[in-house]
Amino acid sequence: MSYSDADLLDARLAAPRRPGRWVSAGVTLLLAAMLAHTLLTNRRFEWGVVGRYFTSSAVVGGLELTVWLTAATMAAGFVLGVVVAYVRLWGGPVPRTFAFGFVWLVRSVPLLVQLLFWYELASLYPRLSFGVPFGPSFGSTDTAHLFSGELAAFVTLTLDVAAFSSEIVRGGILSVDRGQSEAAQSLGLGRLHTFRRIVLPQAMPAIVPATGNLLIGTLKSTSLVSVIAVVDLLYAVQLVYNADFQVVPLLIVATLWYVILTTLLSIGQYYVERFYARGRGTRVGSL
Amino acid sequence: MSEPVKTGETLLRIRGLRKSFGSHTVLHGVDLDVPRGGVTVILGPSGSGKSTLLRCINHLEKPDAGFVELGGEIIGYRPVGDAQGEVKRLQELPSRELTRQRARIGMVFQQFNLFPHLTVLENLVEAPVALRRATRKEAAATARELLGRVGLAGREDAYPRQLSGGQQQRVAIARALALSPDLLLFDEPTSALDPELVGEVLRVVRDLALSGMSMIVVTHEIGFAREVADTVVFVDGGRVLESGPPDVVLNGAAHERTRAFLEAVL
Repeated sequence: MSYSDADLLDARLAAPRRPGRWVSAGVTLLLAAMLAHTLLTNRRFEWGVVGRYFTSSAVVGGLELTVWLTAATMAAGFVLGVVVAYVRLWGGPVPRTFAFGFVWLVRSVPLLVQLLFWYELASLYPRLSFGVPFGPSFGSTDTAHLFSGELAAFVTLTLDVAAFSSEIVRGGILSVDRGQSEAAQSLGLGRLHTFRRIVLPQAMPAIVPATGNLLIGTLKSTSLVSVIAVVDLLYAVQLVYNADFQVVPLLIVATLWYVILTTLLSIGQYYVERFYARGRGTRVGSL
Repeated sequence: MSEPVKTGETLLRIRGLRKSFGSHTVLHGVDLDVPRGGVTVILGPSGSGKSTLLRCINHLEKPDAGFVELGGEIIGYRPVGDAQGEVKRLQELPSRELTRQRARIGMVFQQFNLFPHLTVLENLVEAPVALRRATRKEAAATARELLGRVGLAGREDAYPRQLSGGQQQRVAIARALALSPDLLLFDEPTSALDPELVGEVLRVVRDLALSGMSMIVVTHEIGFAREVADTVVFVDGGRVLESGPPDVVLNGAAHERTRAFLEAVL
């Protein structure tokens, strides 16, 4: 069977037939319809209650603490993580071993356990004194007053972010071509300047996506602080439902806020990735 | 082994330079003199130690023995003497001092190694400003002038990625010149280039030679060596087999090994 060239040239180009797509689309839409149906018809979701508490001052107060705690621990932890990564790559033998030990310890102990340890620091060291190590002391204070729940939460999450981000940063730095730091050295640039201006910016495209994950993970980890009575978003809704027993609607309030925050962070990540992709000629992934 | 050639004032002296990587010895005691204002071309087969020799000059590699002296100053080390005035040891310099020495020696790499996240102008301005040699404005003016010299006026705002290999290498040369170094090192500057781009880079290097810049060029371009070099040094197996004016080394090589290499590449 042969066709004429003219017929072949005039023919319309058609995509291959994919019957499986119709099936998968049908199944997916059916599941979505079921979800929508139960969300709307199951009265126990209590959407009215969700709406009433969504912007209540108790919930917004908890939300503020969650946002503040995430931002502060992420900023402090990431800076500390860069320092730890720098020490692990270029530090002397003793600091390098110490940095390795820090990362090993923090990564080995569950976050919740660390949180409880810092919170209970007062029972481990009831008094904290300032002075020469093994020598005279200039003054001392009670740790019970020093370590509030908020501070324990801040310290724990900061150290956690530092340990994980140091690994992210170290990996990113190792991905930068050695020729870059050699070129910088040959131009008489110092080690710190080379790190800050030449190597780190080029490591950022590898660092940003993983840090975005870490940031989202940290945002959600802040909910752990509810166990030490820090009034974050989760503990705020718990306080409400402990009083009026509207457990599910208030958990939905918290869930919606976590989803909103994560979405905003993902959008921010897209723009940060785009910024660090300049000069690389590569396209960043879509949202 | 032939005596190092001397023409005019000696800028760079290398004596007894040895370097091993693990059990593999790359340099077996290299002696070399480079005159001020001269062009020294280093030839030799791959793996002969040419690049390592070049990288020892600005201390990107630390030699195991021997020393490199630029304008009377030992690179990377400070000689420490005893009361009798005898040198007891060579103390490695703190990084600040080393940084100052490296700024006197420009280097151009085979893979260009431009900073890809900075524009062409920023690539040239970074070091002079960081070393407090100039304000950003002065450095930018110098950079524009240098870019004109390498035929890239008007490309200040391009990112390296947007330039051809030949253009990138010319930017790299301009970047090395921005600190007005005493000596310029070229590590196979045209080996990573498409053949039709080699000429534009060699032209820039030749112009620099004519302007009296002191240079050491590791290359496989024999024609360039013949035309531009004041001294040709042939390195094989981590040793300087011979050195001399190009017509002597390239036409009447004393060593069988040199003749075999030249026959193979020509």
